[in-house]
Amino acid sequence: MIAVYMEIRDGKVKKGSLEALGEAKRKAGETGTQAAAVLAGAAVEGLASGLSASGADKVYCLENPALAGYSSQGYAKALTDFVNEVRPESFFFAATAMGRDLAPRLAAALGVGLEFTRPIYAGKALLSLKLTTSPQIATLRPNVFPVFSGETGAAEVITKATAISEGLIKGRVEEILREQSAEIDVTEAEVVISGGRGMKGPENFALLRELSALIPRSAVGASRSAVDSGWIGHGHQVGQTGKTVSPNLYLAFGISGAIQHLAGMSSSKVIAAVNKDPEAPIFKVADYGVVGDLFEVIPHLKDELKKIAAE
Amino acid sequence: MNICVFVKRVPDTESRVKINHEAKSVVQDGLNFVISPYDEYAVEEALRLREANGGAVRVVSVGRDEAVQTLRKCLAMGADEAFLVKDDAPETYDGLRTARILARAVEKKFAGADLFLFGKQAVGTDNSQVPAMVAELLGLPQANVVTKLEIGGTSATAVREIEGGAEKLAFSLPAVVSAQKGLNEPRYETLKGIMAAKKKAIPVISLEDLGFGAEDLSPAVEITNLDIPPQRQAGRLLQGTPEETARELASLLHNEAKVI
Repeated sequence: MIAVYMEIRDGKVKKGSLEALGEAKRKAGETGTQAAAVLAGAAVEGLASGLSASGADKVYCLENPALAGYSSQGYAKALTDFVNEVRPESFFFAATAMGRDLAPRLAAALGVGLEFTRPIYAGKALLSLKLTTSPQIATLRPNVFPVFSGETGAAEVITKATAISEGLIKGRVEEILREQSAEIDVTEAEVVISGGRGMKGPENFALLRELSALIPRSAVGASRSAVDSGWIGHGHQVGQTGKTVSPNLYLAFGISGAIQHLAGMSSSKVIAAVNKDPEAPIFKVADYGVVGDLFEVIPHLKDELKKIAAE
Repeated sequence: MNICVFVKRVPDTESRVKINHEAKSVVQDGLNFVISPYDEYAVEEALRLREANGGAVRVVSVGRDEAVQTLRKCLAMGADEAFLVKDDAPETYDGLRTARILARAVEKKFAGADLFLFGKQAVGTDNSQVPAMVAELLGLPQANVVTKLEIGGTSATAVREIEGGAEKLAFSLPAVVSAQKGLNEPRYETLKGIMAAKKKAIPVISLEDLGFGAEDLSPAVEITNLDIPPQRQAGRLLQGTPEETARELASLLHNEAKVI
């Protein structure tokens, strides 16, 4: 069995978890085993039925009132007990903030290796690892694996009461603080619209947000120099000491393309760049380049995007 | 309050990575090594907490003899003591192996510390596994990828980065905290600090001192391949007025690349 942790945010299972479940279903098909979705929380059974369509042959609901809010210790305990009892061959997580918080604790509790399916040096090199221990635990990058879309039957739902002893949980999430409502992260966006030093100031990032509003599932990114100048928060930084992204489209405005930045976005499927300097290194990796003033190009680009949206 | 900070020596982010395919390793020659940038935020946070609350800051690194340079930088920044856990193994990419070494070092040498600070990941291996693994092995709460930390007696709150926002955590001490950029602005070493750091002894702890035998730390992962990603080819440069290039770009992205 390949088990997949289903991350719940705002009462819904995250897309990255569904992508990991899709990959588990495909792998399970190759090896003749089953894909199991694993939900954890105070009361999660209500989310179980929807997971059949995403490839789950079985859904496990690990419930305890102490899991009402996320805590790394409580959730790691629930998953460790699950693995020790049900013994899946593999356990997948989406490589999200929560997945990266939780998967290492599970691996350490079980004494097994953990593979982050990933580039190293933020993308300057690619590493393949074989896990020599069992079960194999891996976190899967968002936006890399497709969600399952084949035919499935109704999954068997198995609810288990998780035992959590008094005093085990010594820390938990108190509050979620949103930067802006419904803003998606650059690592999860299908289109990343990034600005660099050429944006000239924080106020001009509004232009990129306007473009983003016209493109579904897009997010605003930034180069290190824009972040270090205080123009936009660090959560938006792409590159080494920022995030490694692989969207369908990376749109770079006023970004010259330092090696640290290129490392973090070169695995994007399509790259387009607008920059004044024809010698900017970004043009060496861009599929489409525009040598010009981004402040002149963006208003026209907005008009064109509106036309496309109206089609 | 007593704080342990764990740091790693890594190639600086300007580095161009070359691969030794036979050894499945990154070529070390010609690289400039620095303290991993996120670890610098951890050291700075420890120094600020000591300045506010008293106590001592101890810095620990696992690695070869060269890691002493990284530890000396931490001493020059103001850390009280530094320790090298000597491990001659080449990079294994096995976070659990490092976590076991650090957890054992804590139990044997640094028990009683109130706070264990890390960078959120080592730049290079980009693993971001070790802090959470150490927390699990020691049975401690954790706050990873932290941009704000407030300590009050034996409890703490932290703000950590999540997708599209942040979450606030509350936890008791002792605890593991890993630092994200934005937590603080690390100080530069002073000349006086650099001179003082040169005089300090850096005790070396061997894996045997920690009770590990040769086979105890065999990696749980095996490197099957290590390579440079395929080079992208430069594409098309669009010519014309801003209006023309914008129109052409939108059309190419919509009709040819089909990405919008």
